[in-house]
Amino acid sequence: MLKPTSPNSSGISRLSSPFLSGTNRVTLQMLQLLLALVPAVIGIVYFFGPSVLITMALAIVVALLAEALMLKLRNRPLKPFLTDGSAIVTAALLAIALPPLAPWWLVTTGILFAIIFAKHLYGGLGYNPFNPAMVAYVVLLISFPLEMTTWLPVTTLSEQPLNFESTFQMIFTGQVSSGIAIDSLSGATPLDAMKTQIGLLQNPADIMQQPLFGLFSGKGWEWINILFIIGGLYLLYRRVISWHIPTAMIVSLAIISGITWLVAPETTASPLFHLLSGGTMLGAFFIATDPITASTTVKGRLVFGAGVGLLTYIIRVWGGYPDGIAFAVILMNMLVPLIDYYTQPKVYGAK
Amino acid sequence: MSSIYRPIIREGLWKNNPALVQLLGLCPLLAVSNTVINGLGLGLATILTLVASNGIISLLRNHIPDEARLPVFVLIIASIVTIIELSMNAWFHELYLILGIFIPLIVTNCAIIGRAEAFAARNPVGPALVDGLMMGIGFTAVLVLLGAMRELIGMGTLFSEAHLMFGDAAKNLTITVFEDYRGFLLALLPPGAFIGLGLIVALKNVIDARLSTKQTQTIIEIEAEAIPAPN
Repeated sequence: MLKPTSPNSSGISRLSSPFLSGTNRVTLQMLQLLLALVPAVIGIVYFFGPSVLITMALAIVVALLAEALMLKLRNRPLKPFLTDGSAIVTAALLAIALPPLAPWWLVTTGILFAIIFAKHLYGGLGYNPFNPAMVAYVVLLISFPLEMTTWLPVTTLSEQPLNFESTFQMIFTGQVSSGIAIDSLSGATPLDAMKTQIGLLQNPADIMQQPLFGLFSGKGWEWINILFIIGGLYLLYRRVISWHIPTAMIVSLAIISGITWLVAPETTASPLFHLLSGGTMLGAFFIATDPITASTTVKGRLVFGAGVGLLTYIIRVWGGYPDGIAFAVILMNMLVPLIDYYTQPKVYGAK
Repeated sequence: MSSIYRPIIREGLWKNNPALVQLLGLCPLLAVSNTVINGLGLGLATILTLVASNGIISLLRNHIPDEARLPVFVLIIASIVTIIELSMNAWFHELYLILGIFIPLIVTNCAIIGRAEAFAARNPVGPALVDGLMMGIGFTAVLVLLGAMRELIGMGTLFSEAHLMFGDAAKNLTITVFEDYRGFLLALLPPGAFIGLGLIVALKNVIDARLSTKQTQTIIEIEAEAIPAPN
């Protein structure tokens, strides 16, 4: 099995090059990924309240417990795998993807599914064919559609913004002391509202004038997506991810939504709306770029990213679910072996 | 006498269980195992078919030309399934409507033709009947177990709609295990069937591994892989 490759622990002091530092690269990459999520998380707290912080803390605790349990059952060493940070990243990504005020059991179920079923039953870190956070998201979405599709409106819209204490109460007991039910606080996401109202033959340009929407897409959502881009650019700068997947995904989503928008502007939302709505940028920079489940060849990454973008648009516009990122990523995960097979680079010198 | 039947019983119920080891007949197994009663209904129909087809084929085994045996097997199985289908339509109409296409599809359940080919065509009537019964019970046990798992996790109940099978007297047989359960839809949907079956197969392998280490008192490597299934 995998052993942590730390030269210090091997007891051999190297006298000649290469002198690569012994830092565990997985841990380092995961820490940078978490760092890159910070601006967007601040944005989410600003627009949707402190719920995401509580959800994330709960998710991380459950994820580490589940990880430890599975490692124990599989007779694997606890320390190197618990400290590699991959479970924390899965937990953080799922917590960000879940709606605000998601009840505790929803978070727990999702995380348990991600760590136990999507990760360890396939062999643990490095062996899972599907992105664990997205598997959990899809499982929750098809099992609990009501809880998964009720979003808080942006705090400036809602009349009773929740403070930290009542958010905590809401997540763990389902109600707040003052007696507000969750129904009075929640509503559809901008993506959902746009699709429903286009279905009612309204003009997208008019829909954009409603208070739920901002300059380019949903109020708040557009800024959160921009903050995800900032985090993503940091990851690119630190070379945690390569540019191929995000670029291919954004370009393909822009092209397909651009074409339909030019052909039928009265029944489709603008490309900017799609690029800055829902989980587009989270998906492009943080989820589709997962080094384990994405394609590994250079050409393959372009195909993979483009496929995610295209499928996202198809599921968003013609599918039954409000956002398509999770489904698109999982469907493309399935195709990765095929993509990798057909995009093998030629060996230098081979004809 | 019993020494002939004991290995047959063990094979059917555990060692060569059609659902857990041979992995045959997965289509109906996965599709209708969403409640205990559905699983039991289809399981009983499968037992009947298996016993009848094994018996008839064993009786005719010396008269069926080897070259044409498969069409003859299929013909016999299809006739039996038709009889069962019409009977269910007559006496268990509501259950018949729920199980729907999966009753006629018992014809294509490869566990049945598999037993005809592998056992009934080579053995006398007695062992063939026992083999059919045991294989059927083994299959049904898995169907019911999977049905119970999925119903419990998916809806929080057990034996719901039991009246479809046992008449109105069984209406209050339904056990609500969790009150105010929200339901975990995934368990009722197709992925739940695959995940559930995978867990049951894993459990069987774990039990086998434990048993064999106990038997030999030494740790030996166990081939955990199931026999690849022709489908």
